[in-house]
Amino acid sequence: MKKQLIPAVIETGSGRKSSLWKRLLAQRHLQTMALLGVVWMIIFNYIPMYGLIISFKDYNIVKSIAEAPWVGLDHFREFLDDEDLRNVIKNTLGISLIKLLIGFPLPIIFALFLNEVRSLRYKKTIQTISYLPHFLSWVVLGGILATWLADVGIINNILLALNVIDKPITYLAEPSYFWTIIITSDIWKELGWSAIIYLAAISGVSPEMYEAATIDGAGRFQKMWFVTLPSIRSTISILFILAVSGVLNSNFDQILVLRNSLNDSASNVIDYYIYYTGIVSNRFSYSAAVTLIKAVIALILLLIANQVSKKINDTSLF
Amino acid sequence: MFSLKRKTTGEALFDIANNLVMLCICFITLYPIWYVLINAFNDGNDAMLGGIYWWPRMFTLKNFDAVFASPGIMTAMGITVAKTVLGVLVHVFFTAMVAYALSRKGLIGGKLYILLGTITLFFNGGLIPTFLLNRDLHLLDNFLVYIIPVMFSFFDLIIFMTFFREIPEGLEEAARIDGANDWSIFLRVVLPVSMPVIATIALFHGVYQWNDYFSGIIYINNPDLQPIQTYLFRVVAQSSSNQMMVAVQGSSVTKTVTSQSIKLATMVVTTLPIVFVYPFLQRYFVKGMMIGSIKG
Repeated sequence: MKKQLIPAVIETGSGRKSSLWKRLLAQRHLQTMALLGVVWMIIFNYIPMYGLIISFKDYNIVKSIAEAPWVGLDHFREFLDDEDLRNVIKNTLGISLIKLLIGFPLPIIFALFLNEVRSLRYKKTIQTISYLPHFLSWVVLGGILATWLADVGIINNILLALNVIDKPITYLAEPSYFWTIIITSDIWKELGWSAIIYLAAISGVSPEMYEAATIDGAGRFQKMWFVTLPSIRSTISILFILAVSGVLNSNFDQILVLRNSLNDSASNVIDYYIYYTGIVSNRFSYSAAVTLIKAVIALILLLIANQVSKKINDTSLF
Repeated sequence: MFSLKRKTTGEALFDIANNLVMLCICFITLYPIWYVLINAFNDGNDAMLGGIYWWPRMFTLKNFDAVFASPGIMTAMGITVAKTVLGVLVHVFFTAMVAYALSRKGLIGGKLYILLGTITLFFNGGLIPTFLLNRDLHLLDNFLVYIIPVMFSFFDLIIFMTFFREIPEGLEEAARIDGANDWSIFLRVVLPVSMPVIATIALFHGVYQWNDYFSGIIYINNPDLQPIQTYLFRVVAQSSSNQMMVAVQGSSVTKTVTSQSIKLATMVVTTLPIVFVYPFLQRYFVKGMMIGSIKG
């Protein structure tokens, strides 16, 4: 196949057309494979993108997307007037920013210290254990949390025994505890998994750097700070850019499992709002408009994070 | 690499402290799971009294009997097994096939195809347009909704492509001289030597398929098509034990089982298969994570 490519480049004029055809014919099997993928992408990725135009239309189930009448920016105005808006934004940004602030550095710290464990066997065991929760579904985790946080659950039992509280608290029914539960359980589930990537990056650091640092009299913390951390800086940057652009994604699976009508004031995030208005209330156009607003903000955040990282670290996605 | 040197006191203290912290992390990770496990194996009414921390107090398998006696759960389990096995086979085969074609040099239109795919990494239609599309394709209340809309992922394609590009060219050329076409090269040469990356993608997608409950919520009304996670979700998250109580009444062990203990047993049954499989695939997924991450 590759040998046929070379004359194709040299030929010119009308001969080129027929040779393109020849090349296509020669790679017809490969083209079939590739085009099957392209057709899939057009149907399942691009048609939904086109479908977002219903946010400028008054779509209902009876008519097709093309037939629905245009309504301009009505749905967007409606969203800005919605009294839930403030709450939704507060919850989405609040949960995500705290996750970013605590949940982002923790796996790095965990990886740094795990790397300092000397026994290889012990290190492997810790790793294996730390990934385990990643494989549990949020549904099962929701069940575990409900068991722990129930009024007869282990948390209440311990706090009652220690006289920290005098009557059981129903944590999942209290909005004030919701963010803490969400953030803690997310860290619990993903700490080990997120650390894999940093551990991989750390294992690529040249041992000579550590030897040189040792000769210079650096201690363990100094080696971590001056050798390991700078060496994985670009990995951290890339993951940070991705984390920032995902700030509006509030881990919908987790929210849906742990939310209920009692904690709604703390648990109604933008993804849930989109789900509720769209799927539950059938306000398709309105819900799509909110999706579009979310996508635009996410894109802006991605571009900002990318630029900042480029300036500070000389690392960027594009 | 430092072990040739004698440890200073500070170093020794650091090692002890570090190992202790790691031990704590392991405990915090494992204990909540252990707690569910021992309570699932404990008599339901006894468990309500609390105080079970380390080991079942009244060991019983009745909770599991009740779980397995419920036809609803077994159907849901069957759907989950079917969607995971079929989903993984189709996803891995289809994504690898497209990746193989796109990884070949000189593919006409290759750059355009990759551009089309890269765009999908950053933009998507979101929940509602996707829902409307699946509805128009008659995938509502259809088992295929678990398979077809997720049979391809451009992110996984990048991981495949990175791997395929490193396969020595001689391997393919030898097959081509023997008269093999692209299909047979892909099926008989490329796929068999790509087991590590196949295992990685299979694990990722398998975990997704096994744990996915959301498609069961939005696309499926027929209870016979609902996966186990959706079944569990309806019980756990909506904290309505109705479905469970029906299950209990349908069996002969009503007396010693509570809705709570069945819930725990269902959680264990739901999770066990994945916990058993994952240590075997562990050596693959670390590698897979690395390949995937470099591309962002």
